[in-house]
Amino acid sequence: MAEAPARPADELDLQAANGSPARIGRPVLRYGGADRTTGAQRFVADLSFPGASQVALVTIPVGCAEIVGVDSSQARRVPGVLDVVTAAELPSPMPRFGPSHQDRPVLAAGGVNFHGEPVAAVVAETTDAAQAAARLMRVDFRELPGVYTLDAALAPGAHLVHDPSIRPGDPRAERNVLEDALYTWGDVAEAQAHTDVVVEHDYTFPMVTHFPIEPGGTVVVPTEQGGLDVYSPVQHPYLLQRTIASVIGLPLNQVRVFAPDPGGAFGGKQNPKLEPLMAFIALRMRRACRLVLSLEETFHAMRRAGCRIRARTGFTRDGELTFHEVHADYQIGAYADVAPRVMAKGSYVAAGPYRIPAVRIAARAVMTNTTPSTAFRGFGSPQVAWATESQLDAGARLLGLDGLEIRRRNLVARGEAFVRGASAARADGEWRESLEKAAELVGWGEPLAPNRGRGIAVGIKPGATSGLSQSLVRLLCDGSAIVYAGTSDMGQGARTLWQQIVAEELGTPIDRVSVISGDTGTVPFDLQTSASRSTVFMGSAVLEACRDVRRRVLELYAETTGVPAEELDEAPGALITPDGRLSLPEAAREALGTLRGEFIGQGTRRLRGKGDHPLGGDAAFYEFNATAIEVEVDRETGELLLTKHVSVSDVGTELNALQVVSQDEGAAIMGLGHSQMEQLLLDEHGRIRNLGALDYRIPTFNDVPLELVTAAVENHDGPGPYGSKGISEGALLCTAGALGAAVAQATGVVIRDLPLTPERVWAALRDAEARSRADAELRSAP
Amino acid sequence: MSAGGLHDLQTVALTVNGSERTVAVPAHRTLLDALRDEMGLTGSKTCCAEGECGACTVLLDGRAVNACLVLCAEADGHEVTTVEGLSERGLTDLQEEFLNAGAVQCGFCIPGQVVSAEYLLRGNPSPSEEQIREALSGNLCRCAGYQRIVRAVQATAARRRGDRG
Ligand code: FES
Ligand code: FES
Repeated sequence: MAEAPARPADELDLQAANGSPARIGRPVLRYGGADRTTGAQRFVADLSFPGASQVALVTIPVGCAEIVGVDSSQARRVPGVLDVVTAAELPSPMPRFGPSHQDRPVLAAGGVNFHGEPVAAVVAETTDAAQAAARLMRVDFRELPGVYTLDAALAPGAHLVHDPSIRPGDPRAERNVLEDALYTWGDVAEAQAHTDVVVEHDYTFPMVTHFPIEPGGTVVVPTEQGGLDVYSPVQHPYLLQRTIASVIGLPLNQVRVFAPDPGGAFGGKQNPKLEPLMAFIALRMRRACRLVLSLEETFHAMRRAGCRIRARTGFTRDGELTFHEVHADYQIGAYADVAPRVMAKGSYVAAGPYRIPAVRIAARAVMTNTTPSTAFRGFGSPQVAWATESQLDAGARLLGLDGLEIRRRNLVARGEAFVRGASAARADGEWRESLEKAAELVGWGEPLAPNRGRGIAVGIKPGATSGLSQSLVRLLCDGSAIVYAGTSDMGQGARTLWQQIVAEELGTPIDRVSVISGDTGTVPFDLQTSASRSTVFMGSAVLEACRDVRRRVLELYAETTGVPAEELDEAPGALITPDGRLSLPEAAREALGTLRGEFIGQGTRRLRGKGDHPLGGDAAFYEFNATAIEVEVDRETGELLLTKHVSVSDVGTELNALQVVSQDEGAAIMGLGHSQMEQLLLDEHGRIRNLGALDYRIPTFNDVPLELVTAAVENHDGPGPYGSKGISEGALLCTAGALGAAVAQATGVVIRDLPLTPERVWAALRDAEARSRADAELRSAP
Repeated sequence: MSAGGLHDLQTVALTVNGSERTVAVPAHRTLLDALRDEMGLTGSKTCCAEGECGACTVLLDGRAVNACLVLCAEADGHEVTTVEGLSERGLTDLQEEFLNAGAVQCGFCIPGQVVSAEYLLRGNPSPSEEQIREALSGNLCRCAGYQRIVRAVQATAARRRGDRG
């Protein structure tokens, strides 16, 4: 096994990194980092558009209603107001869009399906005027009996979130179930015969919101050629381009998407939301239109699907899993967005990375009148991992095993299938190493202080199952280089990796490599920045583009110098000539000669899906993580103090150690958010009760565990450049399971609903005490 | 400062990053919006606009405040330093240490973190980890570089004390 040191960043040798030739694996400083510390970095709200009109959205204070009328007369009288756009001003029938189901209207038409869905937009000369006018809009509505919970949505005769007319040909259109998934293998009934212990429990995972610190916004500028320039901090500029082109009816070349770096996205900025509306408004106004969102508006724009899971699990007396049954209902919200895939992909790994002879996983994507849920770091896996990991601990407790031992006995080895049947999936790493490393780093088995407990858990998540990334690399005559790569740099530091790859492959110093992204008008196609795919997909495309450059240098060098091409060879950063090694930039200079010019290399990484696979293809890689937590519980208040939090990820190869640490720590803390404190609460009208930063709490500096340690297992076995894998989500997949097990050990009380807030822990302890008192009385009764 | 009705503009004179500035703003205009929209200083960011996230942190007469909670008019006659002001002569040691520690991810919260941390270090050249966490607890980072930021502040403190570099 390769070394997996715990790595506080101050042990990472930065000086060596930026000066030395070997750039892969080094903690190279972030591309564009300096501008992010001085405030010079321009996010979408920082861009200036002189003469732009400002847009404010109009909403109503309920989650489900029929719109009876909209009166804009007062609003229009506000000085500076230019226009008010309602459904009546847009095409009829209202255009709809969406990545899988075309169900989301450009603007609410006829009714509102979730709290915060805009029913109108005010356009004005200034933001002040737009907002003042928006407050004066009178929307007459009739509230409908919306469905805000899973139970309400699934009840017989429940209000249908979508009128069946917008789900033509869908046999489930008379219900609020949008899609379902079923994964089975083995024979559960038969497996029960070899089962000694069965545990069966219900678990819940809350709806949580992304809460990017940058709320974001959109600016659309009509061009003189009749096209549109769209500015939006999206993860998928090419999907936005295609969506705008299709709802408006423009060729792709007339829609140019500029995607300023998102100030945090986490999946929430993948898919188009308000951009189509802004495109219609800008076309109507024939001028630039700008919408800057508030944090509250982002709560209405993105969230993670909540989930309720019933799990039934069998073990032998030795702690071997015999069967596992999961029923998972994902509460997805008012429009599909990408949520059906979250459900299908998350539940695909609901049996965890384990060797289980018989499994039955049934999952449903259930619509409710709530914020449409979308991709969110972990993509459906953390929800089911919470249940499955807790089930393992429940079995372990019954069998007198500990959390580490039961996982050792069931974790699959490399090459072994953890999903069986027609669409099998096999372990693509030595996952046991991560488990053992996490146990070692947390001090598993060491004596515990009073009121403390430890838990350990593992999580997996399938990477992308299909993909396409294209890249161009230009090696200029002075040896500097420009990379064109469409990956969104939303905090993970993608551009830094492209710099490192170019430096490695072309021998150009890092500080002479620049990266262009975020502009569909100049940068070649990239399918998506999601699923931690970019290192593997775009990384491979950049690598291939560099190799293409090298081949071109070799050819032209042969032509210019007369040295036969057969006598030349190329290698990373060098051209090998009969007279010895030439640095590639030098060889390029010689080859280009006095006319100068440049070399242009192209790279493509394509992964075709498989039509018959339930996920549309095999995952390019799996993210695997083991997390171990030690917690101290204050029995008086229910408060949890995390004394130690260890996260170990199987990364293949670290391309940039510093960025891996940042991603791991960030994901770990985000995992503590949904495990400990975050949850969206709705009232009986479907309104978010804790709307905004005052009432919705995310982790702060004070919530960081006393000791937070991340480590990586490197076996250089990933499909990406130099054996890398995607790494950005691992550290939150199983945080909840590890924390839940730690609390259970510390208190003797098992809690199966997240988040583990002080109130919830305190109430569970109180209830347990009451129960044991009652039991004692029963026993002492004559 | 001249008084006026709800929609009247008030003239506010203040010192921003060492320069005298005069702006005409309505009474409800926050210092944050005035900096960003009237003075083109977009380094201070808007997230919650209600004093909970710290993305808008600036120094007002040398004290760290949430600029979204201060009315522009309240800053009349006062001195404001934004992240741009701190960075006037290139990256500070603190900003360098943010980069070295890997504290900068998406970067949206970072200007606010830098201003808050600078304020802390000016008042307390050797803060403990506990004091750093407490001083920065009003600055949210969803990329959660919290541990990296603590290290950056510690490294800067050490550097300023001459312990290294
Ligand atoms: S924007 Fe000022 S504290 Fe959040
Ligand atoms: S760096 Fe992204 S929010 Fe702090």
